[in-house]
Amino acid sequence: MTEEKAEQHDAGSRRLGALARFLDLGDTAFAVEFGTVIAPEINALVHRTAALLAAHPPEGMVETVPTFRSLLVHYDPRRTCAAALQESLAALDIGEARVEAPARVWRIPVLYGGEAGPDLGDVARATGLGEDEVIARHAGTVYRVYVQGFLPGFAYLGDLPAELDLPRLTSPRVRVPAGSVAIAQRMTGIYPVESPGGWRLIGHTPLRFFDPARAPPTLFTPGDGVRFVPAGPDEHAAIRAAVARGAHVPDCEASR
Amino acid sequence: MSAAIAILQPGPQTSVQDAGRLGFQAFGVPVCGALDPPALRLANALVGNEPGAAALELRLAGPAFEVTGGPARLALTGADGVIEVEQGGETRRFGPWRAIDIPERARVRIGPLKASGSAILAFAGGIDVPCVLGSRATDLKGRFGGHLGRALMAGDVIALGASSLDGPCLELQNPPSLTFGGALRVVLGPQADAFTEDGLAEFLGTAYRVSREADRMGLRLEGTPLGFRRGADIVSDGIVTGSIQVPGSGLPILLLADHQTIGGYAKIATVISADLPAAGRLLPGASVRFIAVSVAQAEEARRAQERAVAQQIAALLPVRALARVDLEALLRENLVSGVVSALESDEGRGAMDRIT
Repeated sequence: MTEEKAEQHDAGSRRLGALARFLDLGDTAFAVEFGTVIAPEINALVHRTAALLAAHPPEGMVETVPTFRSLLVHYDPRRTCAAALQESLAALDIGEARVEAPARVWRIPVLYGGEAGPDLGDVARATGLGEDEVIARHAGTVYRVYVQGFLPGFAYLGDLPAELDLPRLTSPRVRVPAGSVAIAQRMTGIYPVESPGGWRLIGHTPLRFFDPARAPPTLFTPGDGVRFVPAGPDEHAAIRAAVARGAHVPDCEASR
Repeated sequence: MSAAIAILQPGPQTSVQDAGRLGFQAFGVPVCGALDPPALRLANALVGNEPGAAALELRLAGPAFEVTGGPARLALTGADGVIEVEQGGETRRFGPWRAIDIPERARVRIGPLKASGSAILAFAGGIDVPCVLGSRATDLKGRFGGHLGRALMAGDVIALGASSLDGPCLELQNPPSLTFGGALRVVLGPQADAFTEDGLAEFLGTAYRVSREADRMGLRLEGTPLGFRRGADIVSDGIVTGSIQVPGSGLPILLLADHQTIGGYAKIATVISADLPAAGRLLPGASVRFIAVSVAQAEEARRAQERAVAQQIAALLPVRALARVDLEALLRENLVSGVVSALESDEGRGAMDRIT
């Protein structure tokens, strides 16, 4: 989102104060809330605001954290106060925040089912679909990276087809292996590191999504597209070996 | 060559921490860093470091280690505890809130922490581990930063940064009180409206107990479950250190430095930043009440705390100079105590106690 684009849409100029409300989070942060539901239009406003603040950080702002529907603004109470910061943010012209097709779509190889995806059978039973149909629906959608969080490099990818909408597990697993491809409600995601987790595991990818030695440290960026591509055991093993050697370059489609 | 410490016993959870990893929360990277930031700043000031230099954070009890490759200077802050320094069969004991010079090959043992669940052990020159994403703090859950992304283990050798130990050892004259007043101040929100009126009243009106599930990520609290208007789940939004989230059980969880960046449970309130050091020192079993304040009051409390820490750092004195000052005070007391009451001569004894 360049400034050039912002100028183009001067006609659609809109003040942040009229689009969002401020919510208190103590004395080092506040939330700029655009809505309470998951919707690409609301998420676009969040990322648009984050980009504008990154380009012109107000005095005392430390960093921002985009979420589905709100932007968390961290500030240093030694340098500013919430009232002053909110006043300047409310006057911010955020112009048009359009939902655009992703500029790039990552192709993520996935070995579905078996030990790699121990919940695939349960997902099939619960949805009344065959395992193949679950895979076809999961791999047949281009997902949008809404936000990253929960774990370093964990991206919330949506929207999962409605037929696969299932609640989280009632008792979360203590250990979910890194690379597990999982679904919950209308989201899918990949566990970047081993972690406890309550999402249903349907497959595994050998790719890495978080590397603290890189800048930025994550593979995905909000707004990216993600497509899951079924891979057989041999292909999965070959990619895994290449990733371990540092010889694998993630595959990306340019879509516009 | 710089000095290092060879870990003989690691303690329950000793990790490298600094002022935290800022600027990467948008990628899901938590801030981490010391649970007790003023303790980190005071410890670093005592050994002549920059305020945010990397140090060891101790939980419940300290490590035992040998100093190798040269002498070291260290300081313990944020808890009461005894620092035993053993060399050539002789053991000397020191207290916290002062710098201590440790000769090469001496063994140091820090026993159980008292009056606090966490403490900072800083070394002159800081802890020399790689800077990852702008910080040396250990992300225990993400397994990076600090020493190999984990808590210290027996056998680890931790390098210390280069530093000059020429200057005198400093001491803090009036250490901050570690006694927990029983209450943490909070700003209500961002989802206080997700709770029933009774739920909010219970939250502010009853005491909660810190459960055994207490770590750097957060403290699970036990007490009266809070009632929700609709339910605990929200569409995930941002979390800060100090956020009090309430899952379906209705029992609050106070999130600390290693908290995840976003989460899907309603958050009833946020502990103010001036009270986070006290929250970080809480031990399982502690009783906690919450008192609501405004954002402006919270900001002012933080600024007051910053001023207090700056004053403490400005008032550091060489250890011997402090003893001399006390001696002068004692002499003054003695000059007058001959003609005044026994009560005032008790004050003279107080000054004596401080020298010995």
